[in-house]
Amino acid sequence: MPPQTKDMVVIEHHNFDQILKSLTGLGYEVVGPTIRDGAIVYDQLSSVNDLPVGWTDEQDGGKYRLKRRGDEALFGYAVGPHSWKKFLHPPMQRLWQAQRDANGFHIFAEKQMAPKRAFLGVRSCELHAIEIQDKVFLEGAYVDLFYKSRRENVFIVAVHCGQSGGTCFCVSMNAGPKATFGFDLALTEVIQKDRHYFVVEVGTERGAEVVSMVPHELAAQNHKEAAEDIVAQTAGSMGRKIDTVGIKELLYSNYEHPRWDQVAARCLSCANCTMVCPTCFCTTVEDVTDLSGEHAERWRKWDSCFTANFSYIHGGNIRATVKSRYRQWMTHKLATWIDQFGESGCVGCGRCITWCPVAIDLTEEVRAIRESEAPRVAGAPEQDRDDSND
Amino acid sequence: MVPMLERPMAAGPATDAMLPMPYRIQRVWRDTKDTFTLDLKPADSGGGSSFAPGQFNMLYVFGVGEIPISISSDPSHFPAIRHTTRAVGTVSKAMGKLKRGEVIGVRGPFGSHWPIKEAAGRDVVIVAGGIGLAPLRSALYEIMSSRDQYGRVTLLYGARSPEDILFQRELELWRGKFDSDVQLTVDRAPSGWRGTVGVVTTLIGRARFDPAATLAMICGPEVMMRFTVMEIRKRGVAANEIYLSMERNMKCAVGFCGHCQYGPFFICKDGPVFRLDRIASIFGLAEI
Amino acid sequence: MIQTIERIIGEHSFFHGMAEQHLKFIAGCANNARFPEGQLIFREGDEANHFYFVREGLIAIELMIPPRGFTTVQTVGEGEMLGWSWLLSPYRWHFTGRALEPTRALTFDGKCLRTKCEEDHDLGYEVLKRFTHIISERLDATRLQLLDLYGAHA
Repeated sequence: MPPQTKDMVVIEHHNFDQILKSLTGLGYEVVGPTIRDGAIVYDQLSSVNDLPVGWTDEQDGGKYRLKRRGDEALFGYAVGPHSWKKFLHPPMQRLWQAQRDANGFHIFAEKQMAPKRAFLGVRSCELHAIEIQDKVFLEGAYVDLFYKSRRENVFIVAVHCGQSGGTCFCVSMNAGPKATFGFDLALTEVIQKDRHYFVVEVGTERGAEVVSMVPHELAAQNHKEAAEDIVAQTAGSMGRKIDTVGIKELLYSNYEHPRWDQVAARCLSCANCTMVCPTCFCTTVEDVTDLSGEHAERWRKWDSCFTANFSYIHGGNIRATVKSRYRQWMTHKLATWIDQFGESGCVGCGRCITWCPVAIDLTEEVRAIRESEAPRVAGAPEQDRDDSND
Repeated sequence: MVPMLERPMAAGPATDAMLPMPYRIQRVWRDTKDTFTLDLKPADSGGGSSFAPGQFNMLYVFGVGEIPISISSDPSHFPAIRHTTRAVGTVSKAMGKLKRGEVIGVRGPFGSHWPIKEAAGRDVVIVAGGIGLAPLRSALYEIMSSRDQYGRVTLLYGARSPEDILFQRELELWRGKFDSDVQLTVDRAPSGWRGTVGVVTTLIGRARFDPAATLAMICGPEVMMRFTVMEIRKRGVAANEIYLSMERNMKCAVGFCGHCQYGPFFICKDGPVFRLDRIASIFGLAEI
Repeated sequence: MIQTIERIIGEHSFFHGMAEQHLKFIAGCANNARFPEGQLIFREGDEANHFYFVREGLIAIELMIPPRGFTTVQTVGEGEMLGWSWLLSPYRWHFTGRALEPTRALTFDGKCLRTKCEEDHDLGYEVLKRFTHIISERLDATRLQLLDLYGAHA
């Protein structure tokens, strides 16, 4: 009997490559984790050998290193500097072209030519991040057609994390480690002394079709339990924690908290956090011409609220200080996002902590503010009635 | 607590929102030494959505760039539109050099609008500072087109100097023909100026309106709006009867680029017109 | 010591001619304060319950002008009084005050003083007379400042 949605099957490690081959056979370009420049990034995969087989990552504030594991795990690591937004919301996108003519100029809309892609190895936090960006680009008053066309054709193979990353806190954000929606297939990699297999949950009919092309057996109770144990272990060993109770009100009432000055003294305004964050979506628009001046193009490029003139209006920047820009980013991510899109903008993936060169940790920043809430009034001077020190 | 965000009036279908439509310049004139006005009409027949006063268009100068400019025309003249712009940056300066017959790109209209309907039956107080009169002009046209629906209509307008006064003809028209109280003041004046000198907030105290039944619309530099709000509130007008037009950096105008965020609000879709009570918790905060 | 503050107040021309018991009361509302360079003393929009007498140093009166940032419109230095929003409803600062240098000042509890002034109108009149003087001086100065007298077109 062919597999159905909600079924759980077992696929042996030595058959894993068949998943990729089947996807490729169905016309998908498979993208997923691979090693480049000392990090695990997302790029095209042609076979299972392109995966970081037998590698893991060590992550902490401002620290990322790859290390060899003792086994041949295909997904034995957390998330790296890339996120799936590089495919759904690419760093550079031409919006239209224009040509001067006798009547003035003519605009040529860009054809939507999104490749059919399969994302292999999407973590639960990333599924949430994709859903968060869906809200931004698909569910507002305007729809981003570029995002829509890229999003529609994506086949998602989710992976349940076999270990927590050093900076992970998906549990705090209710974003993992178990993937509960948005996937065609969800895998848990189980490595035992004598067996290496994947417990696969079928999420959709498309997923069922792929599974039917790969040797598999129905998952038995012990397989399911092995998978659940792994997920539970991951959930119990998060690298970081954050208390999100009342976090919106907390940040809204602490715009002038002295902690912002402290973090500003460390922050380089380098924008790394926004580049690696899977939900950050800010872009800028560039209008360019060729040398003849007859042909013009408008391009959209990733931008960051940390850049000095992100908030420029006639003659100056609204957020001139690093303090105001850090505050903007963190308040947006954890608080105003909730008012804008109905949920937090943070999925607890920890990338911003790992990739910050000075190891700023927003879970720590929130904790510091929570523990020492100061009133809005300016700092009181030293009060003394004794003039004798003068 | 920030109130639920409301949906503003949307532009045309999604495809149109990112593509400029070609509009031809019908007329250009210089209002002051750094401010100019363009009258525009769609270059192709048809196209273009109607607008509500307070909304803005993104105006594109071929090969140079695109900037947000409030629509300043009489809504009843649509599809002809008018924009008054200060030439202060690369794009606005390039736009100021364009001539009649040339084509510019127009995307829009975007954003929220002045509460003209809500003002029916009430006294209306409009306070404009400098170029802030431009986005308010279309509101004034609409009010004057059905003048009897409103109580007392007062326009308080502050300009930098007599040379910088905009729309002098309209000011006369509104004062004379449409029975509204138009008070003009300048920040500084050469000898020979016989009018009021002083910042526009000084006009509020003696303006004649019923604070309990007044709707106020304010536009100008943010610091001017802060002090205007203070004076208007001192007169007894409630925060939910005061409307402001806010400004931030604008790139896409459709809520995707993130540049125009103001607290939890996107100026391009939640604004630029805001009711004061909605933004009261962030209005006046530094570097928000 | 309270006596020291009384001495300072008694010696300053602002309080000249005030009755003994009024001076005593005002001294009782006062405290010494030290503001390091850059310290924000009061913020535009906040409740105004204090006023200051600058004993040493310099305080900038600033306005937040987006996108220019905090802009100094005037400074108040040694021997000068600062702040009258505590006297006038709705008792909110209209401007922001920041120490440009390490500054020593007397801070006065304006809330306490205005309450007393409501009860004791003689005290109230004396206080208002003196503050009106300061406000008038600042207004004259502001008008001259406005004229941009040193500009090329003067």
